[in-house]
Amino acid sequence: MRRLMTAAAAVLALGMGLGAAAAQDKLKVGFIYIGPKNDGGWTQRHDVGRQELEAALGDKVETTYVENVPEGQDAERAIERLARTGHKLIFTTSFGYMDPTLKVAAKFPDVKFEHATGYKTAPNVSTYNSKFHEGRYVIGQIAAKMSKTGQAGYIASFPIPEVVLGINAFLLGAQSVNPDFKLKVVWVNSWFDPGKEADAAKTLFDQGVDVITQHTDSPAPLQIAEERGMHGFGQASDQIAFAPKAQYTSIIDNWGPYYIRRAQAVLDGTWTSGQVWGGFADGHVVLAPFTNLPDDVVKMAEETEAKIKSGELNPFAGPIYKQDGTEFIPAGKVIDDGTLLGMNWYVKGVDDKLPQ
Amino acid sequence: MGAAEAILLTVVTAAVPLLLAAIGELVVERSGVLNLGVEGMMIMGAAGGFAAATLSGSPYIGIFGGLAAGIVMAALFAFVTLFLVANQVASGLALSLLGLGLSGIIGEPFVGTPGTKLPALAVPVLSDIPLVGKVLFAQDILVYAAAAITFGVWWFLYRTRGGLIVRAVGDNHGSAHALGYPVIRVRLLAILFGGACAGLAGAYLSLAYTPLWIENMTAGRGWIALALVVFASWLPARVVVGALLFGAVSILQFHAQAMGLGIPSQFLSSLPYLVTILVLVLISSNRSVLRVNTPASLGRPFVPDR
Amino acid sequence: MRIELVRRAEHSRLMVWASPLLAVAITLVIAVGIFAAMGADPLEALYIFFVEPLTAGWSLQELVVKAIPITLIAIGLSLCYMSNTWNIGAEGQFTAGAILGSLFPIVFPGWTGPLVLPAMLLFGILGGMLYAAIPALLKIRFGANEILTSLMLVYVAQLLLDWIVRGPWRNPDGYGFPESRVFDASAQMPLLVDGGRMHIGLVFVFVAVLVVWFTMGRTLTGFQIRVLGQAPRAGAFAGFSQNRMVLFTFLVSGGLAGLAGIMEVAGPIGQLRPSISPGYGFTAIIVAFLGRLHPVGILIAGFVLALTYLGGEAAQVALGMSDKVMRVFQGLLLFLVLACDTLIYYRVRLVRPVADPLGGAVHGRG
Repeated sequence: MRRLMTAAAAVLALGMGLGAAAAQDKLKVGFIYIGPKNDGGWTQRHDVGRQELEAALGDKVETTYVENVPEGQDAERAIERLARTGHKLIFTTSFGYMDPTLKVAAKFPDVKFEHATGYKTAPNVSTYNSKFHEGRYVIGQIAAKMSKTGQAGYIASFPIPEVVLGINAFLLGAQSVNPDFKLKVVWVNSWFDPGKEADAAKTLFDQGVDVITQHTDSPAPLQIAEERGMHGFGQASDQIAFAPKAQYTSIIDNWGPYYIRRAQAVLDGTWTSGQVWGGFADGHVVLAPFTNLPDDVVKMAEETEAKIKSGELNPFAGPIYKQDGTEFIPAGKVIDDGTLLGMNWYVKGVDDKLPQ
Repeated sequence: MGAAEAILLTVVTAAVPLLLAAIGELVVERSGVLNLGVEGMMIMGAAGGFAAATLSGSPYIGIFGGLAAGIVMAALFAFVTLFLVANQVASGLALSLLGLGLSGIIGEPFVGTPGTKLPALAVPVLSDIPLVGKVLFAQDILVYAAAAITFGVWWFLYRTRGGLIVRAVGDNHGSAHALGYPVIRVRLLAILFGGACAGLAGAYLSLAYTPLWIENMTAGRGWIALALVVFASWLPARVVVGALLFGAVSILQFHAQAMGLGIPSQFLSSLPYLVTILVLVLISSNRSVLRVNTPASLGRPFVPDR
Repeated sequence: MRIELVRRAEHSRLMVWASPLLAVAITLVIAVGIFAAMGADPLEALYIFFVEPLTAGWSLQELVVKAIPITLIAIGLSLCYMSNTWNIGAEGQFTAGAILGSLFPIVFPGWTGPLVLPAMLLFGILGGMLYAAIPALLKIRFGANEILTSLMLVYVAQLLLDWIVRGPWRNPDGYGFPESRVFDASAQMPLLVDGGRMHIGLVFVFVAVLVVWFTMGRTLTGFQIRVLGQAPRAGAFAGFSQNRMVLFTFLVSGGLAGLAGIMEVAGPIGQLRPSISPGYGFTAIIVAFLGRLHPVGILIAGFVLALTYLGGEAAQVALGMSDKVMRVFQGLLLFLVLACDTLIYYRVRLVRPVADPLGGAVHGRG
């Protein structure tokens, strides 16, 4: 038994030795995915980022991914496996990987970790996320311009701060155009269930909404909009193929630039831990081409996008009122990033009670 | 289209995939076999249907793709449970696991490709009847098929000799064998029929409900269909009621949310399951009904001693 | 010529051991084909899949961590299935145990010390038992089918967990994210060895194996379970209560599932989260049957299944093989093991064709 173990260990060491020799000049970059790599939404966008990283840095990097990693006990094992197989930069791409990432990072101080959408860091753990709410502010404006009924529908996944933040940004954008604009919210309690998302879209249209947006992954709601002659916005990727007549634009997750930057930093030895929350200006958030819109609305949207990019416009500049009408922040001030990241209240005009 | 009609239409379309899968499983269970692999056959039907539709360019060919995928999966189940007498519960669960993996491989090239929706076939005049016209007479072919299959199953089970044999086999395979009925062949055909129906249900999802392919898109509907069969106490008419009820609760909870009633959405999401349990308890309290309909040999393997 | 199964007079002792080996052998042959078709070196792939996870202390520990919940649940379920009671809602009982057991570290975080963990484990068991009692009582009182009610309650438990970690039990310092606070060190499972994740849950698994083994082999309860499972009428005739057995087996299996649940959140996870199980309750059903409802068989089956998870992951990293291929592979292995088990009770016989007016092989057996 012991001999067998030794022999196996020798084989293993041999394999790792060879791998190490080949990896001397190559940076091995690992990715942990919550869903299948081609889920058409969140995970696929990370995988596109991974491919862009490979394309940009060519021979200097080698990438690996583990897909469908559940957020329970399995996450820590999957991350540790990557760390043990010579990966020096590891991206963990779901909120639930936060504590597992930190636990593994403590054991592998020479490996750099990047956790998406979390808030805990360490000397070798950075966090990164995108200000999708900047895009949502713009599409809120478009919705208010285009809606004939003065109300939009929002298909939401789970009541976490990021989703609430998106809802608020959308409505604030809409109210900047039409102060009386109303928003109906439906929670499907899933990131991903085409059938339920379609049901939610049908419900919203049946209740008199004529524009919908979503914080769930599948293109099913847009397909319903297309079928009903209504309109909506894409999520995560450009979904125009699914709704050529219904999609106004789409908020695209664009992780490639960040992945390239961070891998390059490791190669250069300049990687430091930090918290990155990138928006339009950093290229993290991109809007798909405007379609099915009149020129003046396109012009307005482009101007807003440019203003947010330059910092001239902050979607969360006061005065902002909470749902019950109390003022949260007065005119002339803006809500800081820390507060936004933990947002768990609605702004005025949301026709829903937030689950507490 | 009025609000009530619109809601009714949504409820009916939400019920169709459940109805198709459940009515197939009902026949399987009536023959005395418990196939817990409905989810696996259904997701294969969705993948196979979408693949066939995209490759051929016709959603109607897609229907046959879904049908075939469901039957192939069912045949695998039949082989291990009937001919190799493997445990039905475990085999069914393994079938679900296999289906989820296999459908991912089949569907891989089609992710991100929009599908062609099965067209609605409106019956002239009838489809203009207020309230129910659109719901009953302006649907796609799979909805009509679901209705026809359900009626057909009822008719077959209660009005034909074949149906009598199926029920006899499910109730007491020993006696049925003694009477000279081909127990294994009856069960084989029932399982294949169940697979075909589950395949159609999956195809309905990827061709009509949401014309696209994404991994795991059935999202547990196969399990709901299984529950509906028991809920219906193995009666075809009650499967229809159950599917509609389940569809209604899952749609109405969204309406309750959109109206801003402020009830925790998790509670509303759990309503369909709680209602199912409640109704089941109410039905089961009437024991005589349940005892008459429950296939007594359900889940018990059959090999003749000779 | 056709193939026919003939029941053996007595089950084959040889096949008890040979059939799983045969299944693994067939799986290996198919696997070699799949790997070769996908352009990977089959031997290397097999090594990575089945052997590599066993070659390092780290992954051996991980194997145990993965096997603990599946095995523990499956052992409880085996009692149910042997007595012909169909609890397929262990996933919900697992969740209920995790929730109730987490009461102390979340609601009373100030309470620390050696008594916290035992109290949590006790409440975990209690949570699983209470949740399992619902379908059992509905079955006894109303005759409601337990397959359905226990399955429906899985979804309800998951939504309850979801609500509780997003609402009342959300970490007050967690920026509104859906997670409970991280448990205090005294509320976490002690490790068996330092520098890994293998915790004392393994001891509970062995205890459960021994207790069930003893119960089934040596006690009246075990005898009642067997009789009611194999010949319900004879059992009733002997005065054994079917209803009491339904309640008993549900409570035991629910309790073990609840224990697995609280050990999972107090062990490798360390806090309550919206998703704590990738379907252990369902995987355990397969494990129970793979282990032929025998505690030792289940122990082996639990570890083999855990190995396929670890191996699948290793193959993804080392060979870039898709996760889907791994799932197909897993499904195949399960099918083959189940199919080959037939050989324990049946002999395969070749039969020469006979003129048969009703036709075919099918009729011959039907």
